[in-house]
Amino acid sequence: MGVLFESLSSRLESVWRRLRGRGRLTPQDVDEVLREVRLALLEADVHFKVAKDFIARVREKAVGDEVLASLSPAQQVVKIVHAELCALMGSTSARLASASQPPTIIMLCGLQGAGKTTFAAKLAGWLGRQGRHPLLVAADLQRPAAVEQLAINARQVNVPVVTPEPGDGPADVAARGVARAAALPADVVIVDTAGRSQADADLMAELRAIRDRIRPHEVLLVLDAMAGQDAVNVARGFAEGVGVDGVALTRLDSDARGGAALSVREVIDRPIKFAGTGERLDAIEPFHPERMASRILGMGDVLSLIERAEQAWDHSQAEKLQERVQKDGLTLEDFLEQMQALRRMGPLEQVLGMIPGLGQAMRSSKAQVDERELGHIEAMIRSMTGEERRRPEIIDASRRRRIAAGSGTQVADVNRLLRQFGEIRKLMRDVTQGRLPRGMPGLPGMPGMTGPPVGGRPPTHRRGKHRGR
Amino acid sequence: MADGVWGRMRAGLARARQGLLGRIAAAVSGHRTVSAGLLEELEGALLAADVGMPETMRLVGRLRELAAAGELFAEGVAATLRAEVARSLEGSSRPMRRAETPPSVVLLVGVNGSGKTTTAAKLAHALRGEGQRVLLGAADTFRAAAAEQLGIWAERAGVDMVRHAAGSDPSAVIYDAVAAARARGVDTVVCDTAGRLHNKANLMAELRKMVRVAGNACPGAPHEVLLVLDGSTGQNALVQAKVFTEAVGVTGLVLTKLDTSARGGIVLAVWRELGLPILWAGVGEGLEDLRPFDPEAFASALLGADGAGEPGYAEG
Ligand SMILES: Nc1nc2c(ncn2[C@@H]2O[C@H](COP(=O)(O)OP(=O)(O)O)[C@@H](O)[C@H]2O)c(=O)[nH]1
Ligand SMILES: [Mg+2]
Repeated sequence: MGVLFESLSSRLESVWRRLRGRGRLTPQDVDEVLREVRLALLEADVHFKVAKDFIARVREKAVGDEVLASLSPAQQVVKIVHAELCALMGSTSARLASASQPPTIIMLCGLQGAGKTTFAAKLAGWLGRQGRHPLLVAADLQRPAAVEQLAINARQVNVPVVTPEPGDGPADVAARGVARAAALPADVVIVDTAGRSQADADLMAELRAIRDRIRPHEVLLVLDAMAGQDAVNVARGFAEGVGVDGVALTRLDSDARGGAALSVREVIDRPIKFAGTGERLDAIEPFHPERMASRILGMGDVLSLIERAEQAWDHSQAEKLQERVQKDGLTLEDFLEQMQALRRMGPLEQVLGMIPGLGQAMRSSKAQVDERELGHIEAMIRSMTGEERRRPEIIDASRRRRIAAGSGTQVADVNRLLRQFGEIRKLMRDVTQGRLPRGMPGLPGMPGMTGPPVGGRPPTHRRGKHRGR
Repeated sequence: MADGVWGRMRAGLARARQGLLGRIAAAVSGHRTVSAGLLEELEGALLAADVGMPETMRLVGRLRELAAAGELFAEGVAATLRAEVARSLEGSSRPMRRAETPPSVVLLVGVNGSGKTTTAAKLAHALRGEGQRVLLGAADTFRAAAAEQLGIWAERAGVDMVRHAAGSDPSAVIYDAVAAARARGVDTVVCDTAGRLHNKANLMAELRKMVRVAGNACPGAPHEVLLVLDGSTGQNALVQAKVFTEAVGVTGLVLTKLDTSARGGIVLAVWRELGLPILWAGVGEGLEDLRPFDPEAFASALLGADGAGEPGYAEG
């Protein structure tokens, strides 16, 4: 598919080029950059008023002397934007509340289809892996088979579940669940509730009734990362209606920029605590606010990628590769090795999606790599001679036929591989020269494209190995 | 029934109404000409409804033109904007296609939680109401209890359902459902599918296979591949629509959850960019809560405009 939404970096490219040579920015120049930033925020679904206030704050800072006198003023503006976004999103992952007297009671709420039931099970599984003893409570009596869904998911994550008895209303089953926690014993109770619109007065009253029966220590609003502008009304409605202590952002594995996260932060001033990152029940992560800032701006989730890469990548090997690639260019052997390393980092699409520019370049060039294809690619490369792997340009038609026959693939597959490889090699050339693919300058805390998966130097950011996966 | 829908619709609109109409009224009062401030209010209202920048600029630009030509004054702004929105959606709605020889096969696709299963039930109910014989196919074999969910709906709607064991090949369900529909003289078979994000290549490939298998089971099928789009989705809906269309040839949209405060404005861009018609609107969680999409009603609801007494979707 074509790239529907430009990243901020590509948006700014032309502004950039014009401003690059200049030592100073006029307030008009600043406005021009900020106009692009505003468009990027709107495309990311940041609420238009939030975007407006945000831009006003940045302008105030950017028009100061410091910026105007700096060497690369346009980049400086983007630095300010990024820093301001980070400040808004918060800098640390927020923790769940913890009751002084167990059990800690967590109540989920949100719109229909936001992903509450799945998230409930994920959270329970996650807490279980932290050594806690969670209990799930199925208090969505509205949607058909919601109780069964939670019961099945509970079994999958190995957590006990309380389901309604005949005649129970949602508050009854919630209370029953809390009572059950003492008997088990469980130290965390997670209550799933029916989806509802914040504009539905009756259903909001029902939610308050549940809350008043069980007095949760933590009310989590479950919000879809693909949500649009209405997210501010939703967040405000739930915050006013039942009180919200934190937010769980689901479907962050989508390619949505997730600007709603920023709106919600700004409007209800509550931290986003968790991210849902896939359909599997272990696809849950503590939310990293600083990464969200890059994502909203369309700069990819570079930090997440680096962290994963650190777990999957051997640094000394990476450095050697880097040197060789810089000297001789990428070979098909390196290519194979890198793909295997990528695979160790997690589902390919997810990994590629996190690389700014690369994910996009691969998608738009139809050079998409799918997990199954990887097996074929490996077979094809293994059917090549060493010379062919090092100098793919010598692979002519007859060699292509031989490679296809040897690897059980079609000549068309070999053609595609060589074409993809050519594209990637070109991309790598840019990348190893320290340039971001779309002209994005390095940003504070963002090592750009020099991370391991494309054969760069070891990451400048060493984060703790705390993610036990 | 109408009462319930009305009430919910009204509640959903209350906020938007206070918002836009209040602001327009304030901006209009004491002015005759269309001021820059008024245009800015309109721009904000459209953006807030998820209409997106390109469509918003187009609509606001049009109003600016009319005002400059002396054809539009402040008091006519709300009505004109509504008319322009409706005009942008001209031709965007159509009835569902029917196969020349039954069964007609309808596939519902979309991201997780958008309302596919509920829409399958509502559709079955609506078609049955037209006197059709309807069969449901439970091809979401992935999500826990998905077939149970559809099964409960099938019972409520009084239609049969074809299902397989959890975790089995969804294409096999499609095949069996379509084959059963042919054998039983069913008019329309509505197949639910598992939710999937459009950026998961393997899941999109799985969906392609389902479409292919439907065609194998019945020449010409599927007759409709409907993308079920959550009305609260932001700009990513355009990407969704584009990728699903490229992958499985989406033939139209169902826009759900219009009874909430979500406005669904992104369909303007989807219609303009991709020419995908919007066949149905979901306006609640009950079997009855499905309406043929109506650009006029949508335009009124989008802007929360009830000044002239337009009831939006509540009228049905
Ligand atoms: N308010 C409202 N809720 C809806 C509508 N359509 C579906 N839902 C709700 O959205 C949630 C997800 O719907 P479901 O059909 O299970 O989505 P699926 O995952 O796409 O199959 C359920 O709670 C439905 O009741 C609608 O038009 N309005
Ligand atoms: Mg479903």
